[in-house]
Amino acid sequence: MERIENRLGILSALPIGILLVLGFLAPFLVVAAFSIMPQKVFDLAHLPDFSAYGEFFRQGYWKPLAWSLGMALVSTLILFVICWPLAFGMAKVFKSFTFVLTIAVVMSLFVSENIRLFGWVLTLMKGGLIEGHLRYWTGTGFDALLYNVPVIVFGLVYVYFPFMLFPLAQGIAMVPDDARQAAADLGATRWQILWEVELPLAAPGIVVGSLLCFVLAAGAIAESKLLGGQAVIVIGDEIETAFTYGQNWPLGSALAVILILIIGALAVFAVSRVDLDSIMGRGR
Amino acid sequence: MTDIPILRIAGLEKRFDGFAALGGVDLSVPEGEFLTIVGPSGSGKTTLIRLLVGMDEPTDGTIWLRGKRIDRVPANKRPTCMVFQSLALFPHRSVGQNIEFPLKIKGVDPTLRRERAMELLDLLRLRPEYYGKRIQECSGGERQRVALARALAFDPEILFFDEPLSALDYRLKKTLEKELKDLHDRTGKTFIYITHSLEEAMVMSDRIAIMRAGKFEQIATPDEIYARPRSRFVAEFMGEVNLIEVRPGQEGLVARNINMVPDASVRLGITNGKGGTLVVRPESIRILSGGENADAMAEGRLNAEYDLGSRHQYKIDLVDGTRLTAEVLRESRITASLGEPVKIGWDLTRCHLIEEAHDGTH
Repeated sequence: MERIENRLGILSALPIGILLVLGFLAPFLVVAAFSIMPQKVFDLAHLPDFSAYGEFFRQGYWKPLAWSLGMALVSTLILFVICWPLAFGMAKVFKSFTFVLTIAVVMSLFVSENIRLFGWVLTLMKGGLIEGHLRYWTGTGFDALLYNVPVIVFGLVYVYFPFMLFPLAQGIAMVPDDARQAAADLGATRWQILWEVELPLAAPGIVVGSLLCFVLAAGAIAESKLLGGQAVIVIGDEIETAFTYGQNWPLGSALAVILILIIGALAVFAVSRVDLDSIMGRGR
Repeated sequence: MTDIPILRIAGLEKRFDGFAALGGVDLSVPEGEFLTIVGPSGSGKTTLIRLLVGMDEPTDGTIWLRGKRIDRVPANKRPTCMVFQSLALFPHRSVGQNIEFPLKIKGVDPTLRRERAMELLDLLRLRPEYYGKRIQECSGGERQRVALARALAFDPEILFFDEPLSALDYRLKKTLEKELKDLHDRTGKTFIYITHSLEEAMVMSDRIAIMRAGKFEQIATPDEIYARPRSRFVAEFMGEVNLIEVRPGQEGLVARNINMVPDASVRLGITNGKGGTLVVRPESIRILSGGENADAMAEGRLNAEYDLGSRHQYKIDLVDGTRLTAEVLRESRITASLGEPVKIGWDLTRCHLIEEAHDGTH
């Protein structure tokens, strides 16, 4: 009986399995193969050569990578801190208002990221919504609030907000109320409850939300281009340049592989630390 | 036990949107007592315990713990704690970590914490290897003990229980009831226990408080509550009972279809001259044979017979259809078949009169 069920399980997983292999694994393998081709070739019929990886160090590509990972880390941390109270409210306090909030946040996803970022450019630029009004009413203005690192982080936080909020709310919903009450009853302060009970029990949601935000932010280009005006160059930008303007597919591939490996290792590590089944309501 | 109450509440009241879940109750609990608060669901007992542990604030009234007002003190600053109905163990912590939790919060040194946890495991008859076990690996009864150990680790002045046994199966429940009683004796702590099950209350408690609609209906020892319930509600709550309306007549006390000795009203101590409700427990009713007599007697027909194991229960219909319940020990069961006439009776020393003035339900 169990064997039949196993076989049925494998069979029904087959279509999506094939799709995953074709859609995710195959492109990755192509990129990986290109990354070990000699520089500036456009086919795979060459002897492997790791010169593209050498470029990573020679041309200082570690710097945009560090910027990407650093800003992704900072924006993930900021997102966690600002989303926690809101997610807590959604999971435990707001009741029907949670639905309104969910719709509102989801609605923002209906508009393309680039368009929304342009909206911020119009808001923050010199003569834009903020500075323009201020100058009109007071006569004194200030420089554009754009083209620096903090505004890029702001953009990342703004764009990836829903990706932190919803998993976090899901995670907090898994913290039983009576566990919090019991901790308080046993003398724990608000902070001790947060540290000893809520954070560990909401860990699956925290990990999912943080991973989503970090991974997306690490590969993000639009924020640094539009808001940052390339005050710093991010790794995604370099990869794009290598593939397009640079006409150097192996270099772009090598940079992509490095990014994928770092993020992949991080994701595997993080996911292995928590029981993700519990967020689906199983396990536990 | 000393005479100074460890807990005293006065005029305690809790209203939710105008609805009084708790309608101004008073209570005094001496140190070391095992007090059980019993009531049907919605009677306000959970509201009361939430106020006592500090999870809710009262609308009105005062709570004193050893003479100190605590009704506005938050739960984490009160020296009391509660064993939850759900137990509320921390699923991400081991048995040992759960027990040590209150000590960790207090900043107790890890080695001392572990020592204390081991003592508590021993006190609750859990083997030392349970220290490292996951909560998920423990059975229902073991979890119960872990929750108790965790509460005791807190070293509370008063330990509250919110129906912690209600989810367990019957046999385990019976075992744990006795263990809890035993634990109470050994620790000497004040236990305040909430349940809807009177059986539980009878086994464990020094005193029982019966709640109904946000008020205490009666607070007394199990014996007294059983033998001298103050109202029909209490009498009926205490299990199967015969309630018989009586009123004074020309020849003493009169009850329909029941013959009573002439001096019944004197012997029952009627004071208001208005009569009331006679409470007769099924085991107080005897099935009379031939010339046997009793203080109160009635004739009827045997309607049903139930085998309750150690006892046999009979339902007897009087002429007007009033149905009385009698219970006898298995060895003294009768041989009458259904529909046969039977004579029953009981002695006035074995019944209790609730006078009308005390009984709001009339």
